[in-house]
Amino acid sequence: MLPCTGRIDEAILLKAFEKGADGVMVIGCLEGDCHYVNGNIRARARVERVYRILEQIDIGPERIRMYNLSAGEGSKFAAFTSEFVEQVVKLGPSPINLARQREAQVS
Amino acid sequence: MITGTPKPIEEILEMLEPYDNIILAGCYGCVTVCRVGGDKEVQVLASTVRLAREAAGKKIEIKEVCLERQCDPEYLEPMRPYVEDYQAVLSIACGAGIQFMAEKFARTPLLPGINTGFLGVTERQGEWTERCQGCGDCVLHLTGGICPVTRCAKSLFHGPCGGSVQGICEVSKETKCGWQLIIDRLKALDQMDNYGKIKPYKGWDSSRDGGPRRIIREDMV
Repeated sequence: MLPCTGRIDEAILLKAFEKGADGVMVIGCLEGDCHYVNGNIRARARVERVYRILEQIDIGPERIRMYNLSAGEGSKFAAFTSEFVEQVVKLGPSPINLARQREAQVS
Repeated sequence: MITGTPKPIEEILEMLEPYDNIILAGCYGCVTVCRVGGDKEVQVLASTVRLAREAAGKKIEIKEVCLERQCDPEYLEPMRPYVEDYQAVLSIACGAGIQFMAEKFARTPLLPGINTGFLGVTERQGEWTERCQGCGDCVLHLTGGICPVTRCAKSLFHGPCGGSVQGICEVSKETKCGWQLIIDRLKALDQMDNYGKIKPYKGWDSSRDGGPRRIIREDMV
């Protein structure tokens, strides 16, 4: 349970991919509206760092994305989620999951 | 503090190519402060390497540790019982820490995960600048607290060279002339008489020119 996206760091995001996530969306409060002043700005910087890491190791940077929403924007949340899920479905399983599938077939 | 920068991940992966179980060792000293080799960086690098290796179909086991300091023997000893269970240690401490660990664990290959930089200060988050070259013969009391060895690109001792233009060094537009800084500071301190003093020949034998250095404090040995 995280009270603020400001608590998210690169290790947590990468761990999600290690656990088998094909994509990770981070949703923070609207910029300028953070209860902890700049937690969502820090989160964006960390997401960008993970974006570059995923790019460097060929996992695919487009598997991670940050959105900003207020708690009252339910329909926008649904639209962003659908958009991101569609993007990840198009990309297919992450190279980690493909490697795991290959390993499972061999054994 | 001792500063450093992360090595490119491609270089690290190439170093790790022959190994499939390693220790990734961080340090809670300087490299934690400059965000290149602390506990968080251990976690991020370990995940990055595991992801890259698994995607390439060559899994790697990584034991993540972060030592109080890698430059003191007592903090290395806790690794001794298990270090030989692993094929190599990837250390993201400074060059001193990595070498000390290599000396202590003679049968385990040590790999550097960062490029060690310089003795410097934090200007702001993400920016560090050099302040000291450890020449072993400090003159800061005569130079307004600004080091001519480090801040002057030529390490001059008696004022700026002809390459100083409007306070900027000829080496780079980003580099302020160390001697202009010294003069400005001496003026502000009303210590310009220090600038006029002829400084005797500086012996560089206490610097790197004398080879690897050793300090022995008889009162502490």
